[in-house]
Amino acid sequence: MKKTGKRCQRLVDEGRRSFLRGSAASVGTIAAATILQTKKVEASNFPSNKLANVKDLKTNVPLDINYPDEDSPGVLLKLGSKVEGGVGPDGDIVAYSVLCPHKGYPLNYNDADKVFNCPGHYSVFDAEKGGLQVWGQATQNLPQFKLKISSGGDIFAEGVDELIYGRLSNVL
Amino acid sequence: MAYKRNINKLPIIPKGAKKHNVVCNYCIVGCGYHAYTWNVGADGTTTNNIFGENLSVQQGADSDAWYSPSMWNIVKQNGKDVNIVIKPDKNCVVNSGLGSPRGARQGELNYSQSTSTQLQRLTDPLVYRYGQLQPTSWDDAIGLVADVTKAVIDDQGEDGLFVSAFDHGGAGGGYENTWGTGKLYLESMKIKNIRIHNRPAYNSEVHGTRDMGVGELNYCYEDTELADTIVSVGANSLETQTNAYLNHWVPNMRGTSMDKKKKQLPGEDHAPARMIFVDPRRTVTINSAEAEAGKENVMHLAINSGTDLALFNAWMTYIDSKGWVDKDFIKASTMDYDKMVKGNKTSLSEAAKITGLTTKQIQQSAEWIAKPKGNKRRRTCFVYEKGLIWGNDNYRTNCSLTNVAAATGNIGRPGGGCCRMGGHQEGYFRPADGFIWEGNPAKPPYVDKLLIEGKGGVHHVWACDHYKTTLNAHEFKRVYKKRTDIVKDAMNEVPHGDRKALVKAIMGAIKKGGLFSVDVDIIKADIAEAAHVILPAATSGEMNLTSMNGERRMRLTERYMDPPGQALPDCIIASKLGEAMGFSGYGWKTEEDAFMDGYHNGTGKIVTYDRLRAMGNNGVQEPVIDYKDGKLVGVKRLYADGKFDRHGKDHKKLIFKESKWRGLQAPGKEAQKKKFKYLINNGRANHVWQNAYLDRKNQFVTDRWPYPFIEMNPSDMKNIGVSEGDLVEVFNDDGSTQAMVCPTPTAKKKETFMLFAYPTGVVGNVVNDGVNEVIIPNYKQTWANIRKLANKPSGVNHVSFKSKEYKI
Repeated sequence: MKKTGKRCQRLVDEGRRSFLRGSAASVGTIAAATILQTKKVEASNFPSNKLANVKDLKTNVPLDINYPDEDSPGVLLKLGSKVEGGVGPDGDIVAYSVLCPHKGYPLNYNDADKVFNCPGHYSVFDAEKGGLQVWGQATQNLPQFKLKISSGGDIFAEGVDELIYGRLSNVL
Repeated sequence: MAYKRNINKLPIIPKGAKKHNVVCNYCIVGCGYHAYTWNVGADGTTTNNIFGENLSVQQGADSDAWYSPSMWNIVKQNGKDVNIVIKPDKNCVVNSGLGSPRGARQGELNYSQSTSTQLQRLTDPLVYRYGQLQPTSWDDAIGLVADVTKAVIDDQGEDGLFVSAFDHGGAGGGYENTWGTGKLYLESMKIKNIRIHNRPAYNSEVHGTRDMGVGELNYCYEDTELADTIVSVGANSLETQTNAYLNHWVPNMRGTSMDKKKKQLPGEDHAPARMIFVDPRRTVTINSAEAEAGKENVMHLAINSGTDLALFNAWMTYIDSKGWVDKDFIKASTMDYDKMVKGNKTSLSEAAKITGLTTKQIQQSAEWIAKPKGNKRRRTCFVYEKGLIWGNDNYRTNCSLTNVAAATGNIGRPGGGCCRMGGHQEGYFRPADGFIWEGNPAKPPYVDKLLIEGKGGVHHVWACDHYKTTLNAHEFKRVYKKRTDIVKDAMNEVPHGDRKALVKAIMGAIKKGGLFSVDVDIIKADIAEAAHVILPAATSGEMNLTSMNGERRMRLTERYMDPPGQALPDCIIASKLGEAMGFSGYGWKTEEDAFMDGYHNGTGKIVTYDRLRAMGNNGVQEPVIDYKDGKLVGVKRLYADGKFDRHGKDHKKLIFKESKWRGLQAPGKEAQKKKFKYLINNGRANHVWQNAYLDRKNQFVTDRWPYPFIEMNPSDMKNIGVSEGDLVEVFNDDGSTQAMVCPTPTAKKKETFMLFAYPTGVVGNVVNDGVNEVIIPNYKQTWANIRKLANKPSGVNHVSFKSKEYKI
């Protein structure tokens, strides 16, 4: 069974549509750029953005978020067991960009394996291993958002550890 | 944690950045790239850049205006630091902007003192002095090599000089460098004891098809977009010819090449491709094909390892019995068809028994290959690679597959072809080498075996690493170290600066069984541990380099940066050595001189650097037959006229070959299979290029694969008592090696698969020395036992062992 948030599923559908046009097709701007409002953000250090509260998360169900701005889609995920780099009371909350760092296709979360799959060129990234590319075409592992949790359980993103697809500066 | 670069921003390519044509120098596919260079500090901006795009907003999927950190670096160009971005070329017909996980790292795989990448590159000639390898001048190093080589030839004749040399394209040679080395060893000298980078003799991996008259690269990639059926034998193309698969096979499976089919091939029925994979192992290629074409259009024929030939002969027998052959073609363009059919007769049930398939699977796959669609011939494209080439009975198996392709009229036709997929690009242009094969029966010397037996006095090694990429590697390394140590000990006895005394001491050591080893490479290969002289070479992009890809597409990679330190193109090193040894016809100043001396002069004087440069990343498909209207003119697919010439026969007929099943052919295999429990199948992974000579110093790769993986069925793991990531020893009577256990439920029980030629565990150590009649090794059919060495090392804790398969 795979579960994706509504927006995440929509991205997947968009990705499939462009995917079906074939890799050779000139697709220019699709997926993220056509779905999401574009908004210029002044270049600066990473913003500290509230993504959600711990209470909002259901185990192993990705929650759609955006970081560092609304044009960069990601998911917040409570994995259900502690992982390196995880935050929260159980050390199991992580967040990733969901644009494949190979060609920018929107990733699909597979909750059975806890991996992200790319419908573009079949890449697989492990949500429990810092986004390690299990197999795939990207030349980097999946960008992960650095998280911090307030005493009230609010989850903030405060940085990114790889370059997000489609931008030459993580903060535009 | 997974390796992250923590790069949050890249310099933007400015308008006016220098743009160089680049063909990826790694695999056979040869994807087109461009290298953009510009002065450090002269970056473009979000609004003023080479793309003419507003980069202050998020770019969409497949954007041409994005590049990853792995594509960027700071390198030296004419002595100055410049930014470089090497990004895929959207207008190249080979890859249409796709980059593989190997080629899209070309930027960071360059030598950079600024960003500390690939500092392992050799910068200076080195000689063994004071008990270590020490930097020296070119004259000193070349002088020593020439003096010792001449002395050995004086003493033993030219058969005392052993050579291991690249003979391919891209980083594996190129027309300039194969000519330089070829002229030296095959023209100025006549060296018989010569071998190629991945096998122990000087031979083709596809003699079978060539003897039938069919060159192995006869199609164009577009044929895989046009085929009704694609038959893939022993090829894992999503991982090893990535963008040929993604850009040409996938559209056919998806149906997005239907318009092209209807337009180019009117008057016949068309449907998305059916796929037949012959491979004992389930691969990610098969997984992705099922996702694209639907499981109902994919047959995975998971044969017993090494039994391909029986399957092909059964196909041939069944197809002939149904009359699904191209009778007109057979009559007009071939010979010995009836003899072949009779000789190779194999029933469905016989083949089922040998291969482990069902008769229904064999029959259905034969129908997918040859049963006419309506009243038209089915167009089937046959491709094969190392599963066949490095598998059981290479020569005959190659013939059996080519028999089927030819009988069904699929050679030289759109949507057809019978081709190897390839490893490296090609770039062979050398003087005649027939003298190497003299003897009865004709076969080349088994060079590694001769070295192990103590033959030869001096060994020139050009970008080969026997320590990682040969068979019987355990024994080879043991003997090679011993023989080269004898010479090192003798060199230690000579006072400094006395060349005559040094050569005398070396020759004395050689007489005692020693071997003088010269290594020419871009990095210090593992075999260079034994070297007495190391010569630093430049690679593609540090020199202009021409090669051709798997559809014979020839292009020029333009020099975009300086070589490290004093490194030189191999052809220039060969030229220096030729001159130092007193031969004439060298003195090349540039790689272009070598190109003109060899390829240009030898192929009708049509192709020049300027003309190739003008053809850009789409180049021209060889053979180049003309230069017309400012363009080089090539040939889209070979044998369209039904004339076959690869065997060199005047009749130009395709010769069908009898190629009967004879079990495990290579000596020692049957006994090894009986004695040891596990099949150690082996091959590549998509993150890693070749033997990881650059990747071993690339953190993205070493983080993913700190040790070579061995895929094992979980029940086998239980029997041995190992968990994921544990280190195991793989051992048999020929040697031992190590690997990291990767649980793989899709693996058949007792059939493992290990990453080939990896520095931290060399599978060649357990491959026995058995070869075929033309000295082609059999790496794939290897059996060994497995025992636990250690629990998962701490350097493996971050590694994921989840399924590599894409799940919809």
